[in-house]
Amino acid sequence: MSAATNVCIIGIGIHPFGRTDGVSGLDQGAHAVRAALADAGVAWGDVQFAYGGSDAAGNPDTMVDRLGLTGMQFINVRNGCATGGSALFSAQMAIRSGEFELGLAVGFDKHPRGAFNALPSEYNLPEWYGAAGYMVTTQFFAAKIMRYMHLYGISRRMLGLVAQKAFANGVHAPHAWRREEVALDTILNAPMVSDPFTKYMFCSPGEGGVALVLASEKKARELGIRPIHLAAATMRTRPPASFEVFAPSIEIGGGINTATRLAAAAAFEKAGIGPGEIDLAQLQDTEAGAEIMHMAENGFCADGDQEQWIAEGRTAIGGALPVNTDGGCLACGEPIGASGLRQVYENVVQLRGLGAGRQVPGAPRTAYSHVYGAPGVSAVTILHT
Amino acid sequence: MPDAPLHLMGGRHRQTGRVTFPYPGDGPGAEFDPVALPTRGTVWSYTIQRFRPKTPPYAGPEAFEPWALAYVELPGAVIVEARLVGVDLDAIRIGMAVELTRVALDPAAQDPFWLPAFCPEAAQ
Repeated sequence: MSAATNVCIIGIGIHPFGRTDGVSGLDQGAHAVRAALADAGVAWGDVQFAYGGSDAAGNPDTMVDRLGLTGMQFINVRNGCATGGSALFSAQMAIRSGEFELGLAVGFDKHPRGAFNALPSEYNLPEWYGAAGYMVTTQFFAAKIMRYMHLYGISRRMLGLVAQKAFANGVHAPHAWRREEVALDTILNAPMVSDPFTKYMFCSPGEGGVALVLASEKKARELGIRPIHLAAATMRTRPPASFEVFAPSIEIGGGINTATRLAAAAAFEKAGIGPGEIDLAQLQDTEAGAEIMHMAENGFCADGDQEQWIAEGRTAIGGALPVNTDGGCLACGEPIGASGLRQVYENVVQLRGLGAGRQVPGAPRTAYSHVYGAPGVSAVTILHT
Repeated sequence: MPDAPLHLMGGRHRQTGRVTFPYPGDGPGAEFDPVALPTRGTVWSYTIQRFRPKTPPYAGPEAFEPWALAYVELPGAVIVEARLVGVDLDAIRIGMAVELTRVALDPAAQDPFWLPAFCPEAAQ
C-alpha cells in the first residue's frame, strides 16, 4: 500500500459527556466538529465528506445547517453500539480508496434518563419477549459475567476494582460525566441493580458528541501536521454460537465466540502487530464485567488471568496496559453514537501526551479501542504515533 | 396448570440440526422444523431483575417485585432464557437442576399472560 493511501487523524473535538440541558444532541455533535476543525487548523469548507452517527438524536447530516451549506457529501450511519466505529471505518475507507483526501467522522447522542428501552420489533424478536421484561440490556451483561465468574474464578471484588479505577481516571478527564472518586466499599455495598452488579458498576445512557478529522498521510504532510496514524479500523457482527444481548436462546457449548474476537483478530492482522505491542486500550465497559471479559476477548490476557492483572494494578494508568484511561463508559456514560469515537479521541489525547492527570507515562506509541453492543456488533481501532 | 404436560417449542435447523428457541415459525423460506424441547435441565447462568423494566415493552404489573431470570441448559437441545421461580433469590446456583413450569406475568390478573419458567426439580 502506498504512503498516500495511509489514513491519519489530524484533528479531534469533543462536547463534554453527561447531561447538557437545552443543547440538542445534534448541536453537541456540531460543537465537536468545530472543535476538531480548530484542532486540525482546517475550515469547514475544506471538509470533502463526513460520516455521521446517532442512534436517538436525529439525522446527523442535518448539521450542515449549522456548519455551512457547502454541498459536501454527508452520509448517516446507524449501527447500534458500533455506530461511531462504523462511521470511522467508512470515513477511513473513503480516504484509503483515494476518493477523498480530508473528511470527518462524527457521532453524537442524547438519550432519556434510565435504561435503554429497546423494542422487540427492532431486533426481530416476538412481542412477548418484550412484554416479559427481557428487553433489558443489563440482564445480558449480568448473566454473561455471572457465567464467566463461575467458569474462571473471577471474584466480585474485581468488579468493584474496575469501577473504582474508572471513577479515579474520570476525575482527570475534562470530558467525563462522573468526576469524583468512589470508595471500593461504597461500590460493592451499593444497591444491587442486576446481580452481581450494583448501581456503580453500570454505565448510564447519556449525552455527548465527538468528531475526528481524517486525512491522507500526504494531505497531513501538506498541512504540516504531525498526525496520529490509523493502523486499523474494523467492524464485525456475531459468529455462530455466540451469547449476545437479547438472546432468547444460546447454542449448547456457546458463549465463547464473539463479535469482539472477530473484530480484534481482524484489526491486529491489518495493523501487523499483536496485543503485546499495545501501550494502552479503551475497552467497552458498559459495566464493570464487560471490561474484564473484553480484556480476554480482545486478546490482551487469557480467560481467568484478569483476577491477577487487576489485583496487581496492571490496567491502572501506571500499569503495563492502562485500560479506559478517561474512565470509559462507567465515568463518561454512553451516548451510543458518540461512545466509540470518544475512545478514539482519548487515544489521540494519550498519544499526543496531553492526558495531564491521566496521562499514561512513558510516551505511549500505540493505542487500541473497542466497542461492543446489541445485537452482537463490535468495532476496533488501532492507532500509532 | 394445564391438562397436557408443558413443553417449550423450539426449532431444529433442517441442514445443521442446530436447535433454537423460540420456534422461528413456518413462514416463507422457513428452515426450521418444530421440535418439543426437554423439560429438565440445569441453570447455565442467571441474574436478578431488581428494577421495573420500562413500559413499553414490559407488560408486568405496576407494583414491582424483583424476579430471577435464568439461562437453562436443556441437554442435547439448547440453552433457553426463562424466569426462575420457586427458589430464594440468594439460593440460586449455576448448575442447579430445574424443570419446566410456568409463571403468570401478573399473578393478580384474572386471565393471566403465562410465561415459561423453571423451578428446582424438588419444588414442583
